[in-house]
Amino acid sequence: MPEVCGKVKLACTVNGVKRTLHVYPMARLLDVLREELGLTGTKEGCGEGECGACAVELDGRIVNSCLVPALQVGGSEIRTIEGLATSDQLHTVQEAFIACGGAQCGICTPGMVMAAVNLLGRLPNPNAADIRAGLAGNLCRCTGYMKIFDAVVRALQSPGAKT
Amino acid sequence: MRSFLPAYEMQAPQDLAAALEMLAHEPGAWRPLAGGTDLMVLFEAGKLAHKKFISIWKLDELRGISVSASHVTLGALTTYTEIQEHPELRAEFPLLCQAARETGGVATQNRGTLGGNIVNASPAADSPPALLVYDAELELVSMRGSRWVPYDGFHTGYKTTLLRPDELLRSIRLPRDKQTWLQYYRKVGTRKAQAISKTCLAAAARLESGTIRDARLAFGSVAPTVLRCVRTETILRGGHVDATLIRAARESVAAEIAPIDDLRSTAAYRLRVSQNLVGEFLEQLSGDGA
Repeated sequence: MPEVCGKVKLACTVNGVKRTLHVYPMARLLDVLREELGLTGTKEGCGEGECGACAVELDGRIVNSCLVPALQVGGSEIRTIEGLATSDQLHTVQEAFIACGGAQCGICTPGMVMAAVNLLGRLPNPNAADIRAGLAGNLCRCTGYMKIFDAVVRALQSPGAKT
Repeated sequence: MRSFLPAYEMQAPQDLAAALEMLAHEPGAWRPLAGGTDLMVLFEAGKLAHKKFISIWKLDELRGISVSASHVTLGALTTYTEIQEHPELRAEFPLLCQAARETGGVATQNRGTLGGNIVNASPAADSPPALLVYDAELELVSMRGSRWVPYDGFHTGYKTTLLRPDELLRSIRLPRDKQTWLQYYRKVGTRKAQAISKTCLAAAARLESGTIRDARLAFGSVAPTVLRCVRTETILRGGHVDATLIRAARESVAAEIAPIDDLRSTAAYRLRVSQNLVGEFLEQLSGDGA
């Protein structure tokens, strides 16, 4: 197949660091993060926006990075799972997932944690229905969800959960 | 098979005029792409015929929600999240807000747009039944100018619409005339979150001392397009909600919809549940309006 479109240069901020990307415009943000930037914490599950494993924050909103073409992230701020912990201190939500056994095989975990962190950033006091709605786009095939739900509740009760 | 990236072109024009010029210059060659929640799925699967895409995601002219005395007007790029966050929409257009809340999960709601839901023209889309109930109108723009068309009739067949190859959907206008109507929305899918509907009913009625003065009934997932059941609406007008009227409405709806067997459900299930939804709506009317 002929090459009709070369790579384009884009500037964006990833986990607080300014990056310049040299990518095909229709490349998926998911692949750019994993293969261009080496940020392999973001996982590919279904690749069609159903499972949430590839969830990242794009300009503060949670998105499925498998459905975002690279061209659209020029000038944007992106936060991935790698951007949550500071030096050797895990994010409160990560701590809560460990404490509650909210992870088993781990493939859904980065997306699940990102969705939970984003939820706690948007809603200061989510109720049970809010938490379920906030995680509704993230599928887990191991835990049965209850331990993940418990982890979000635990994080909610910890100081420093909302950043 | 995955699409071969270098074979695909994507441009992000700076403004609406530039986008319309691209569409006019090569009609049909460029496919507009907004939040990508549908097109990127097809792209990844190698199922998109187009090789050229216009990213319209950052066109400010297609964004924003404005409120006038008579209408609420939504830019085509209004996301499901923005719909749910908007105070007037929450107060006056609950069916649209509920549809937005039940479309995918948060990540889809942050990227999926109302305009995309319309132009993508899936008969299983969640917001179109609500838009039909609210008598929505669409503004279509091209370099030739702008025209308003009623949303009812915009879909001309399965995945076909009135939109011309050089046109973009710019805005969706909803008259603010149904605040006192009793309103109903129910999407039936395999699970509550993240599932595509098997059938979906949006409905509203204006009652005066127990008599239905006006009504709207619109279904998703039970015909080649989203469908307003105008014959059933006619049966309801002037009627009192009782067992006879409910029976007549159930029979009429069965004649108007055309459900099929597919991977999500069966024609028989869709028919029965669609009738039940009409029954539930009318029973709620008699409860609320009596």
